[in-house]
Amino acid sequence: MTTTEMTSVAGYEDLDRLLALMTGDEKHGPAATSTLDALWVLYDRVLRVSPGTVDAPGRDRFLLSKGHGPMAYYAVLAAKGFLAEETLPGFGSYDSPLGHHPDRTLIPGVEIGSGSLGHGLPLAVGSVLGLRAQGLTDPRVWVLIGDAELDEGSNHEALAYAGPAGLDQLHTLVIDNASATYGWPGGIASRFEAAGWSAETVDGRDHEALYAAFTAPHAGRPRAVVARVEPKS
Amino acid sequence: MDTMRDRFISTTSQLLDDDPRLAVVLAEISRDGFDAAERRHPDRVINVGIREQLLVGVGGGLALTGLRPIVHTFASFLVERPFEQVKLDFGHQGVGGVLVSAGASYDWPAGGFTHMAPGDVALMDTLDGWAVHVPGHPDEAEALLRRAAAGDGRDYVRLSMQSNERARPVTGAGFSTVREGRAGVVVAVGPMLDNVLAATEGLDTTVLYATTVRPFDGAALRRAVAGGGTADVVLVEPYLAGTSTAAANDALAETPHRVLGLGVARRELRRYGQLEEHLAGQGLDARSLRERISGFLTRT
Repeated sequence: MTTTEMTSVAGYEDLDRLLALMTGDEKHGPAATSTLDALWVLYDRVLRVSPGTVDAPGRDRFLLSKGHGPMAYYAVLAAKGFLAEETLPGFGSYDSPLGHHPDRTLIPGVEIGSGSLGHGLPLAVGSVLGLRAQGLTDPRVWVLIGDAELDEGSNHEALAYAGPAGLDQLHTLVIDNASATYGWPGGIASRFEAAGWSAETVDGRDHEALYAAFTAPHAGRPRAVVARVEPKS
Repeated sequence: MDTMRDRFISTTSQLLDDDPRLAVVLAEISRDGFDAAERRHPDRVINVGIREQLLVGVGGGLALTGLRPIVHTFASFLVERPFEQVKLDFGHQGVGGVLVSAGASYDWPAGGFTHMAPGDVALMDTLDGWAVHVPGHPDEAEALLRRAAAGDGRDYVRLSMQSNERARPVTGAGFSTVREGRAGVVVAVGPMLDNVLAATEGLDTTVLYATTVRPFDGAALRRAVAGGGTADVVLVEPYLAGTSTAAANDALAETPHRVLGLGVARRELRRYGQLEEHLAGQGLDARSLRERISGFLTRT
């Protein structure tokens, strides 16, 4: 399997309604979730995975490392048919598979259980190494982290290794809503660039800019896309 | 005689040739030993540098793609330092792997407490689904490693410089009976066996030998207790004293019994020196063990 056509069950315009099924808040807008646009562009146009290929060895992997606030993730998964819409209202309840942090063993298509920060990027590095060792050089691995999550030292272990190791199947999406208390003087992208990554910073609400950044070539190097959104209030 | 760590390297290098599902992850420790294997299998011998959170995370990631990772460094840096990675990147993700530690509780006393991990098995015991193997001889280490590598579960293999004079057959996962007696049961774990046998020489005690301590073979302990005159049990473990006391108590829940848990004390010795000196310092040499075991078993 190299590419998979996905049948969109719902569109971007449905995400607000899907989010409202979890929050019960009708006035909720897409802008209220920092990850929504980047997730949508990934699942709509970039990731080669569908509900029918969640176990296929050659699928692209998306790892939500920043497990906090996964409603946008669940909404996109529902829109793309990975999740039944009817499961959304149970969000966070005892009998629901949808927790405030996702559990991969409860939801098909969710690649990792997350919530504790700083686990996704090392797991993504291992996933790329595992694919490579099996001759699977086509699948891409994406991991989403937050700018404050980047505080965790485990990320720096991973990014300092992945650059020199030349893991070009690895992609990190950093959602930057300026929530890191001490910020990143010199910019987040510079951390990745210094470690040998290809990196770009774009407007995290601009779908065309995100798509272009997600699909830019980066031969021999891992890729980081920093998606800047409105600062967390 | 090679050490358990030497045997780990030679065995694992050979297993890499035979089983394309296996991959080794290192954080500099033992990397020289894997040089030849790395040349043969550059994609399956992975050294991440001195980065132990990444070491364990990479192991979990490899497992997510269907490989069987063998993750190795000193016990302090494999279990203690990245403990949350062990908990989440394997157990919570629902994947398996083999963790292989060196250094144990007192393998390098001159290195001091930073390189001692007497609490590793107790920590692993807080997690679900980990088998814990404590070989007492390089041959046993090889057998346990081969079995763990061929499996699918979560295995922790604890290697040590301390070794018994001769290897015992590692046939099943359960405890084996080395000696039978009527006045108490002593469970010797891995490299403690020789000292336990010397300490109980001439005593009327049963000696059980354990190389796989988790799952704890409660049935073997119940059988040994039932075959003797008393339900007095002494556990001799080469890591934190009392690590298996609760497991022994659970196994004997239906029987009035007494349990003494011997092992490494919590308090830091703050001594350097040699392994034998630390065994004596911990009261785990044959003479100290004899005093402690017979003292406990003769109390009624």
